[in-house]
Amino acid sequence: MWGRRRPQGRHRRDFISPEPAFLLESEFPGTNVGRRGRWTRKLCMTNCPTLIVMVGLPARGKTYISKKLTRYLNWIGVPTKEFNVGQYRRDLVKKYKSFEFFLPDNEEGLKIRKQCALAALNDVRQYLSEENGHVAVFDATNTTRERRETIYKFGEENGYKTFFVESVCVDPEVIAANIVQVKLGSPDYVDCSNDEATEDFMKRIECYKNSYETLDETLDKDLSYIKIMDVGRSYLVNRVMDHIQSRIVYYLMNIHVTPRSIYLCRHGESELNLKGRIGGDPGLSVRGKEFAKSLAQFINEQNIKDLKVWTSQMKRTIQTAEALGVPYEQWKVLNEIDAGVCEEMTYEEIQENYPLEFALRDQDKYRYRYPKGESYEDLVQRLEPVIMELERQENVLVICHQAVMRCLLAYFLDKPAEQLPYLKCPLHTVLKLTPVAYGCKVESIFLNVEAVNTHRDKPENVGVDRSREEALRTVPNHL
Amino acid sequence: MYYSVSGFLNQRLLTGRGTLLSPTIPVGSIVISLCGLTVLAAESAVPSRAHQPPRVAEDCPRWKEPRIHVPLSRLRCEGRPVKTRVSRVACPQAGGAAGWRRDGAARPAHLARAAGGSGGSRLWGAAAGLRGRRLRGGQLPAGRAGPGRAEGAAPPGAGRRPRMAAAAAASPSRELTQNPLQKTWEPYDNGLPAGHSAQRGVCMTNCPTLIVMVGLPARGKTYISKKLTRYLNWIGVPTKEFNVGQYRRDLVKKYKSFEFFLPDNEEGLKIRKQCALAALNDVRQYLSEENGHVAVFDATNTTRERRETIYKFGEENGYKQVKLGSPDYVDCSNDEATEDFMKRIECYKNSYETLDETLDKDLSYIKIMDVGRSYLVNRVMDHIQSRIVYYLMNIHVTPRSIYLCRHGESELNLKGRIGGDPGLSVRGKEFAKSLAQFINEQNIKDLKVWTSQMKRTIQTAEALGVPYEQWKVLNEIDAGVCEEMTYEEIQENYPLEFALRDQDKYRYRYPKGESYEDLVQRLEPVIMELERQENVLVICHQAVMRCLLAYFLDKPAEQLPYLKCPLHTVLKLTPVAYGCKVESIFLNVEAVNTHRDKPENVGVDRSREEALRTVPNHL
Repeated sequence: MWGRRRPQGRHRRDFISPEPAFLLESEFPGTNVGRRGRWTRKLCMTNCPTLIVMVGLPARGKTYISKKLTRYLNWIGVPTKEFNVGQYRRDLVKKYKSFEFFLPDNEEGLKIRKQCALAALNDVRQYLSEENGHVAVFDATNTTRERRETIYKFGEENGYKTFFVESVCVDPEVIAANIVQVKLGSPDYVDCSNDEATEDFMKRIECYKNSYETLDETLDKDLSYIKIMDVGRSYLVNRVMDHIQSRIVYYLMNIHVTPRSIYLCRHGESELNLKGRIGGDPGLSVRGKEFAKSLAQFINEQNIKDLKVWTSQMKRTIQTAEALGVPYEQWKVLNEIDAGVCEEMTYEEIQENYPLEFALRDQDKYRYRYPKGESYEDLVQRLEPVIMELERQENVLVICHQAVMRCLLAYFLDKPAEQLPYLKCPLHTVLKLTPVAYGCKVESIFLNVEAVNTHRDKPENVGVDRSREEALRTVPNHL
Repeated sequence: MYYSVSGFLNQRLLTGRGTLLSPTIPVGSIVISLCGLTVLAAESAVPSRAHQPPRVAEDCPRWKEPRIHVPLSRLRCEGRPVKTRVSRVACPQAGGAAGWRRDGAARPAHLARAAGGSGGSRLWGAAAGLRGRRLRGGQLPAGRAGPGRAEGAAPPGAGRRPRMAAAAAASPSRELTQNPLQKTWEPYDNGLPAGHSAQRGVCMTNCPTLIVMVGLPARGKTYISKKLTRYLNWIGVPTKEFNVGQYRRDLVKKYKSFEFFLPDNEEGLKIRKQCALAALNDVRQYLSEENGHVAVFDATNTTRERRETIYKFGEENGYKQVKLGSPDYVDCSNDEATEDFMKRIECYKNSYETLDETLDKDLSYIKIMDVGRSYLVNRVMDHIQSRIVYYLMNIHVTPRSIYLCRHGESELNLKGRIGGDPGLSVRGKEFAKSLAQFINEQNIKDLKVWTSQMKRTIQTAEALGVPYEQWKVLNEIDAGVCEEMTYEEIQENYPLEFALRDQDKYRYRYPKGESYEDLVQRLEPVIMELERQENVLVICHQAVMRCLLAYFLDKPAEQLPYLKCPLHTVLKLTPVAYGCKVESIFLNVEAVNTHRDKPENVGVDRSREEALRTVPNHL
C-alpha cells in the first residue's frame, strides 16, 4: 500500500495533504513540533476508517467500480483495499459448477457464501484496524436489507463509517455488454462456451432478483449512500458524512464507461534535454521539432473522434502541440515538477552543489521535495483535477513532462508509490491507454525520431556519504 | 506594434451596449490602444482573423480606417469604467521582428530596452518607445474573465461559437510569444494571436449555462443562488443571479398581501409573468451579449409548464441548463415565516410539481432534499455542472464562524522583505500567545485549526496548544524570482515587472512564480473544505487571506489584491442571511504594516520614487 503517510526519514521536508485528516499520523521534521502537538494530533484522528459496501445484482459493474475507486483512492494517497467476496468463494470452492450454487434454497451454497462473506469481513477488520488501512471496499452483491444491516453493525462495532454504493441498471444491453466484457473471462467459466456461460450467468442473476431490495429513500434514509442509476444517468446521494465520502461521490459522478483512448506523451526533445539539464522553460531542439511533426502525422493517421489536446503552460509542450494544427488547452497544473533550487541544473551540478539533497532524493524519490520545489507526492495532489477531468472526457492527448507523465501513468496502471518515480516515459514515444475490463491496455509507440535518454535509474548506493562517482553512475549520457 | 484590446471590450463595443463617449468608433471594431491611455484605431473583428487581413491604420500602409483617439479611461459601460485586457500584437507589416517575444531567461529590464529600441521605425508601438504604456487588466464589471476566455477577440455575430473551433491547419509562421503579464506562452500567427490555444479554465466550453431554481418559497432558493453565484465568480466563471422577486418588487413598489400570489388573481399573474419575462430577457442579454457564462434564474418555477417554457428558452438560445430543486425541507424556520408568508406558500403548493425521476429524466438537475440530507442528481453534462453539483453537495447551513488571521510578524516582515520561509519575530511570538488567549476566551466548539506548511504559520499555531492541520495549498503566493526581496530591490532589479504588477495585480504572475489568479485556483479545495466544516481558524498569509476573504465577502478581482489584511488581527466571519458578518479583532500586539497600496503612477516609465511611494515603512 502506498500513499500512506508514515513517518519516514529526515528527508521529508514536511507533510502535505489536501485531506487534512490523513496527515495527522505524519511527523514534521524540520520544525519544532512539540510533544503535545504530536500527541494531540494523534488524538484528533477523528477520521475513522471508511467501509464502502457495494450493492447490486451481478453484472452491474460493482467490481469495476470497486477496482477503479480503490485505484483512485490509493493514488491520491488514501490507503485502500478491495475485498471481493466472489474471489473468496473461488478460492474456497475451487471448481465452479453452475448457477445452482446460487439458488436461494441451496443450503450448502448459502453456507459457503456466508463463510466467504465472514472471511472477507474479517480481513476488512484486519486491514482497517491493524494494517493502517483507511478505506476498505467490500465488493459483494449485498442485495438484502438484512445483509446490509449485518455489515452496518459490523462497521459500527469496529468504529468504521459505512458508505453504500449501489449500482442499479435496467438496460439489458448494458448488462449483456458487461457480461461479455468481464464475466466470460472469469475463472468460473473457463471450460464453457460463451453462450453457455452467458446463459448460466443470466440464471445466476435471477437467483438474486427475488430477494433484491434496493436502497430506499425512506427505509434507508439514515444510511450514507450513493445510488448510481443506469451507469451514471442519475445519482441519488444520501447523508454524505465527511471529506472522504464527498470525494468518493464526486469521483463516482465523474467516471463513465464509454470506450475511448487516452494518449500520453512528453514534449519533443528540448534544448535543455540535450544538455542534460532538468526543468527550465526551454524551446524544442531540432529533433524535438521533428517529433512534433511526426506526432501530427501519427495523430492524423489514428483518426481519432473528437480528440482533445492538453498541454502544460511550458513552452516545449505548447510548441509540440502547435505542430498538430488542432485546438488545444493549456493547463498550469500539467507543468513539470518544480525542482526549486535545482532548476536548470545538470545532475552533476546537483551532486556538486547539493550532495545531501541528491542522496535523500535517491532514498525516497516519491516523497522527496526539492528545496523550494515540489515532490512527486505534491505532484500527484496537483494532478488530481487532471485525472478527474480525464475521467470525464473521452479521447484525449496529453502532452506533458516526464514526472507528470509518470504520475498520470501510475494512476492508470495502478503502480505503487515506490515504482512511480521510476516509470519509463522516454521522449518521442506515445503511450496509448485503452480501458479494458478492469484495467488498462497500454501500447507504446516510438515515433522513430531519435532523442536523448532522460531516465536516471535509482543508483545502488543511496547513502549520504557515497562518492560522486557512485551518485552519478546512472546519469544518462548528454552533451 | 499595437495592442489589441480583446474579448470583453470588443463585445461591449460591438453590441453597442456600453455607452461609448466617442460615438465615432464604428460597431464591429476592435479597439487598439497604444501608448497607454489612448485608443488609436479600430480594426474589424471577423470570426477568423487569420484569413482576413485586418484593416490597418495610417502608420501601416494597409490601415484604412481613420484613427480615433479615445482615452481608455473615458470608456464607460453602464456608467462604469471599462477595464480592458490588452495583449500585445505585432503589426502585420513588421514581420516577425516586432513581436514581444521573450525568452524565459530574458530579464524584463533588458526586454524593455530591446522592445523599445528594435522593431523598426515604422512601428508605432516601437516609435512611441513604449512610454506611458499601460497594460490594463481585463476585469468584467460583473465578475472576472476566466483564464481561458480572455484572449482572442470574440467575433461579433458568431457570439458564442467555441473559440477554439476556429483552428485551421498549423501555419508555419505561428510563433510562441510570452505574455509579459501572465507569463503564458501564446501562439501568434503573422503577428496576430492565433485562436486555438486556451488556458485551462473552469468553464471550457463556450456554451453558457442557465441554472433554474425550483422550489416553494422559503426553501433557501435565494440563499443557494447567491452563494453559488459568489462561488462561481470567485473561481473565475462570470456568473449573475436573476431574482424574479426583485423584479416584482421593482415593478410593484408596495407589496400588499399574499393575495397577490393567489392563482386566480389575474392582475397578479400578469405582473408575475411580466417579471419573469423581463428577467429572462436580461438572462439572454447577459449570456449572449455580455459574455456571461452562467446565469442563475431565481424564481419558484414550481410548475412543469413554467419549467418547460424556460427550457425552451434556453434551448433556443443554446444554453445548457441545470435545474436546482430545493423542495420540502420540513423544518423551515417558523419565526421567519409569518402568517402571510405561509399563506403565500400555500398559493404555490397546490400547483407545485416537483422534479420527477421519470417525467423529467431528460433534464439535467439536482434535487436537494431537507437542506442537504440527500441529493438526486440527474444527467450531469459537463465540467461546470459537475463542479456546481459538487459545491452544492458540500455546503451546509449549520451556524458557525470562520476565523482568518495571518501568522505573527516574521523576521522578514520586519525587514520589509516578501516571501521566504522565516520564523516569527519577538512581537510575532507575542501575537501567537495573544491568539491562544483569544481563542480560549472565544470558547469555540470543535474548533479546527489549519496552517500552511510555512514555518511562521506553524510557529503561530504551535502556541495555541491545540491540534492543527497543515495544508501546502495554504502557502503564501510564490513570488518566484522576487522571493525574499524588498520592494526597493524589486524596483531596482525588475522595474518593468514591478509596474506590470501594479497595472493588474490580480492577473500578474511573478517570473517563475504565481499570480493571485493562480492562487485562487490553488485555494479552491480549501474553500470547498471550509464550506464542509464548521468552526475553523485559518492561520495563513497576506495574499492567501485576501483570496479567502474575497470569497466570503464577494469582492471582485480588481479589489481582491488590495483587501486589507493587517498582521496581528483576526477576522471573524459569521454567515448571516445571504452574506457574511465580519468582525475585525486587533489583538493589541504591534506589528509592521505590510500593505502596499496601488500607487498612482503604474506606467512602466515611472520614476523609482513614484513606484515606491506606497511602500510601507520597514527597517
